[in-house]
Amino acid sequence: MSGSRAWIWVIPLTFIVALALTVAPLPDWAAPWRPEWLAMTLIYWSMALPRRFGVGVGWGLGLLMDVSTGALLGQHALGFALIAYLSIRLHQRVRVFPLWQQALTVGGLLALHLLVVLWISGMTGRAPGTWLYWAPLVSSMILWPWVFVLLRDVRRRWCLALS
Amino acid sequence: MVRLALLALLSIGLMWTDHRHNHLQDFRSAVALLVYPVQAGVNLPVQAGAWLLEQLRSHQTLVEDNRRLRDKQLRMSALMLRFEALEQENARLRELFETSSRLRDPLMIAEIMAVDLDPFRQQLLINRGRVHGAYPGQPLINAQGVVGQVLESHALHSSVLLISDPSHALPVLVNRTGLRTLAVGTGNPQLLELRYIPPAEDLEPGDIVSTSGLGGRFPADYPVAEIIRVERIPGEPFARVEARPLARLDRSREVLLLAPVNGTPAPKSEDLFQEPADNTAEEVTP
Repeated sequence: MSGSRAWIWVIPLTFIVALALTVAPLPDWAAPWRPEWLAMTLIYWSMALPRRFGVGVGWGLGLLMDVSTGALLGQHALGFALIAYLSIRLHQRVRVFPLWQQALTVGGLLALHLLVVLWISGMTGRAPGTWLYWAPLVSSMILWPWVFVLLRDVRRRWCLALS
Repeated sequence: MVRLALLALLSIGLMWTDHRHNHLQDFRSAVALLVYPVQAGVNLPVQAGAWLLEQLRSHQTLVEDNRRLRDKQLRMSALMLRFEALEQENARLRELFETSSRLRDPLMIAEIMAVDLDPFRQQLLINRGRVHGAYPGQPLINAQGVVGQVLESHALHSSVLLISDPSHALPVLVNRTGLRTLAVGTGNPQLLELRYIPPAEDLEPGDIVSTSGLGGRFPADYPVAEIIRVERIPGEPFARVEARPLARLDRSREVLLLAPVNGTPAPKSEDLFQEPADNTAEEVTP
C-alpha cells in the first residue's frame, strides 16, 4: 500500500477543509444556512474510526470553532465533545443504517450540539432570537449523504491501515 | 464517560472565565493564530481576484481614474487650505477657553478579511493585529463614518464589533440640536436605534448624528448615522428613533483604525459592552 501512513495528513486535511468551508464567505441570505461542516466531519470520523477518535479531539476542534466564530471559549467545545462521545457510543448501530436514517441520526446529534450552544448563548445574553438559528440542521441533514460518501471514499483510499 | 465529564467541566470553567474575566485573552489569541492560516487561505482567492481585476484594468480607465483623482486631490487640498486656517483658529480659541482637542487623528488602514463569523452577530475580521499596533477598543471608521471598534486583537489579525451589533452602544449627539443620546445596534447592518430621547425633542428624519466623545473611546465629531424615522408614541416615556449608519457596514472593504490619543494607553477593555451605557445614560435626559 502506497500510503499506509497517509492518514496522518489526510484526516487533518479533511478537518482543515471543513474549517475553511465554515469560515468561507457566503452571501447574507445564505449565511444562516451554512451546514455544520466541522461537526459533520467529526461525526463521520468518530463513527468510522471509533478507536482512534476520542472526546478530546472533538473538544479541541470545538475550541477552534469557538475562536473562528468569535463565540465564548468552550461553547462549541462542549457541544463537539458531546457529539464525539455519542457518535462513538452509537457507531455500531448507525454504521449499518441506510443513508437517510444516518442523516436523521446526524440531525439529532447536531440538534443536541446546537441546543447546547444556544443554551450557553442564552445564558450570556447573546441568543439569536430567530428560528433561522436552526437552519444549519436542515442543510446539514440534506448534505449528509454526500459528505458521508465523500469521506468514505477518502477513508477507503488512504486510511485502510486504520481500524 | 469520565473524560467527557472532565472536558465538560473544563468547558464550563473556560466559559465562565472567558465571560467574567479577561485572563484568557492570550490563550484565545494563541488558538486564533492556529486558525489564522485557514482564514487567510479562504481570504486569498478574494484578494487574488481583486488583484487580478486591478491588473486587467485597461490603460484608458487608469488614465481616467488618474485624472479624476488628481482633480479631486486638487479640490481637496484647496479645501484643506481653509481647513488648516480654521484648525489653527480653533486651537487658538480653545487655548483661550483652556480646553484641549485634537482635530486630526493618526490613522492606520486595514482591510476587511473575506471570512464569515457567526451569522447572528455583527462582527468582522481585519488584517491588522497586535503586531501592527491594533488594540481592543480601538475605534474603526471608513470614509463615510464610524464602523465599530476592535473587540479582540490577535497577533496578526483582529476581530471587530460593528456599531450595528445588539451589544454595542455608542454615545452620540445630534449635530443640529446638540442632543446627546446613545446609538444602539439592532443586529441589522442598516439600522441603529437611538435610545432615551424624550418625545418632545426636536428631531427630524435626515438629521445627522455623530460621536460625542463621551464614552472616552471614540473621538468626538465623527459622523455615525442619519435619522430615518421618528415615532412618538403617546404614553411612552421615550420616542422611538431609528437611524441608518452612514458607513456602509455591509459594503466597504477597507477601514481606518484610529491611533490612540497622544500615546495614552487604551482604556481597559474590562466592560467593553456596558461602559458607554453606564457613562452616558444619566446625561442623556437633561
